Amino acid sequence: MDIVVCMKQVPDTTEVKIDPVTGTLIREGIPSIINPDDKGGLEAALALKDELGAKVTVLSMGPPQADLALREALAMGADEAVLLSDRAFGGADTWATSTTIAAALRKLGFDLIICGRQAIDGDTAQVGPQIAEHLGLPHVSYVSELEATEGSVVVKRVFEDGYQRIKVKLPCLLTALKDMNRPRYMSVSGIFDAYRREVKVWGLADIEVDQDNIGLKGSPTRVKKSFTKGVKSAGKVYEVDAKEGARIIVEALKEKYVI
Amino acid sequence: MDFLTDKEHALLQTMLRDFAEAEVKPLAKEIDESERFPTETVAKMARFGMLGIPFPKEFGGAGGDNLGYVMAVEAISKACGTTGVILSAHTSLCAAPIYEYGTPEQKAKYLPPLARGEKLGAFGLTEPNAGTDAAGQQTTAELKGDHYLINGSKLFITNAGHADVYIVFAMTDKSKGTKGISAFILEKDMPGFSIGKKEEKMGIRGSSTCELIFENVKVPVGNLLGAEGKGFGIAMKTLDGGRIGIAAQALGLAQGAIDETVAYVKERRQFGKTIGQFQNTQFQLADMQAKTDAARLLVYKAACLKDAKAPYGVEAATAKLFASETAMEVTTKAVQLHGGYGYTREYPVERMMRDAKITEIYEGTSEVQRMVISANMLK
Repeated sequence: MDIVVCMKQVPDTTEVKIDPVTGTLIREGIPSIINPDDKGGLEAALALKDELGAKVTVLSMGPPQADLALREALAMGADEAVLLSDRAFGGADTWATSTTIAAALRKLGFDLIICGRQAIDGDTAQVGPQIAEHLGLPHVSYVSELEATEGSVVVKRVFEDGYQRIKVKLPCLLTALKDMNRPRYMSVSGIFDAYRREVKVWGLADIEVDQDNIGLKGSPTRVKKSFTKGVKSAGKVYEVDAKEGARIIVEALKEKYVI
Repeated sequence: MDFLTDKEHALLQTMLRDFAEAEVKPLAKEIDESERFPTETVAKMARFGMLGIPFPKEFGGAGGDNLGYVMAVEAISKACGTTGVILSAHTSLCAAPIYEYGTPEQKAKYLPPLARGEKLGAFGLTEPNAGTDAAGQQTTAELKGDHYLINGSKLFITNAGHADVYIVFAMTDKSKGTKGISAFILEKDMPGFSIGKKEEKMGIRGSSTCELIFENVKVPVGNLLGAEGKGFGIAMKTLDGGRIGIAAQALGLAQGAIDETVAYVKERRQFGKTIGQFQNTQFQLADMQAKTDAARLLVYKAACLKDAKAPYGVEAATAKLFASETAMEVTTKAVQLHGGYGYTREYPVERMMRDAKITEIYEGTSEVQRMVISANMLK
């Protein structure tokens, strides 16, 4: 089975600090990591490889520095790595990103594509499903369990209040949740090998894609303005029993004409 | 000259930090208090290739180098000194001499299971009457046709009782002094080989330190490591390598104590401010970090020299002397900066201080390192 895992390198938002004066993120010195949901997807792919034997290719679109995330994936046990990197791909929104990645996937070939649910820096959760649409594939999002059977996979798709168990024919695309597993460590031998192996770098010339649909130019999304949310007032704290609490809440909601 | 960390070692440090934080640190207190050997951690280290870092893949190793290996001992020791010495003794004192001095048959038989971590290694040189004076070996090995008969005992042997393979030194010809010492590869199940008393120690309490007893142990001639009479040289060269590992353990303990202290002084408040806001604290921390950084450069340099196959004995002695004495000083200061809490087992710095002390003693005391360094200066 050929599995392609799509990954994004993101700033480790757990380490991000906010500049108290400007209210913006201090990105300097923040380590870059494999997006956690994507890493869950990678572990799921590697577990399938351990169990059934599969070729796992990792694919990422990003600046040259994203090479590090792909080396990490190789050191964890991925077989091949491809970095989509070209100035022409820059400034892409989810549409242009998924268009570009889908073109690379057509070139790579696959039985199963695993993406992370969403990236911790963008939080859109759009790229995975969009790739599936570009490729005309069935997709299942929010996957928390995965098992492979003959020609298909059975997955558990979770919601806040329940789950579905779905059997999907291959080829298909899944979006994985970071909680679906505990990703393995890189192995020491894998680390020493990672920089002796090749990370293929594909630019615009290496994939077949409509140039009107990629990069900033091909992105229908326009950011009108970005701003830091204003500080809300501290609110009021009442130390009262539940009954009195309910009365105060109802009163406040009425005051704002909510009820 | 290049003091920058290359990409693969930087990636290795990321992995080691994550591993030590999640798998080693949570057990450190418990294995110290209960004097329990952390078998499960050894198995995890094996799984991720940490028990054979500097050995080639053809022998089951990770295909890494000594710099990567000392980074591993450092990172593990930062979380737990016990686990650090298990890794160091196994790699430097057992697998390394087999790799360096073993015949093709010995390497093929013993190195892959050690490097893959399926088997654990130990090293037996010290005896009740042969410590720093290692030449005073009383254990004997007598050639009897196709085998040697080994009799005697060893003391303070790290990993004893949990190790499968032991490098053991014995006199094959007492009349020749150090030239009569030979090295052997022993297996734990050889008849007549038993484990004696387990030591109760001040620090590195989870590591197993025991006596080895040999009563007419039949060791095949094929298990003689190096030529007969070459054992003393093998022991000394092996300890040169081991010292880099212990220096890395000391380095890890020092940095671990600093990191704990930095976190503590940011939280602990006295006289209306955090104690980190007092200049005494700041200056103490600066001294602790400066010395630890200097120790790190010495340790990494010794490892790089070994990787480059350049002479490294004096540099290893320098690294061990400076790193171990730095670890003792830094951990003691860490306890002081923690005040009364630092003296309790609620905080890990007292354990680190107890663990640090042994680094000034084993694999050559600080005094031995000074002898090695000054002998080189005055030769």
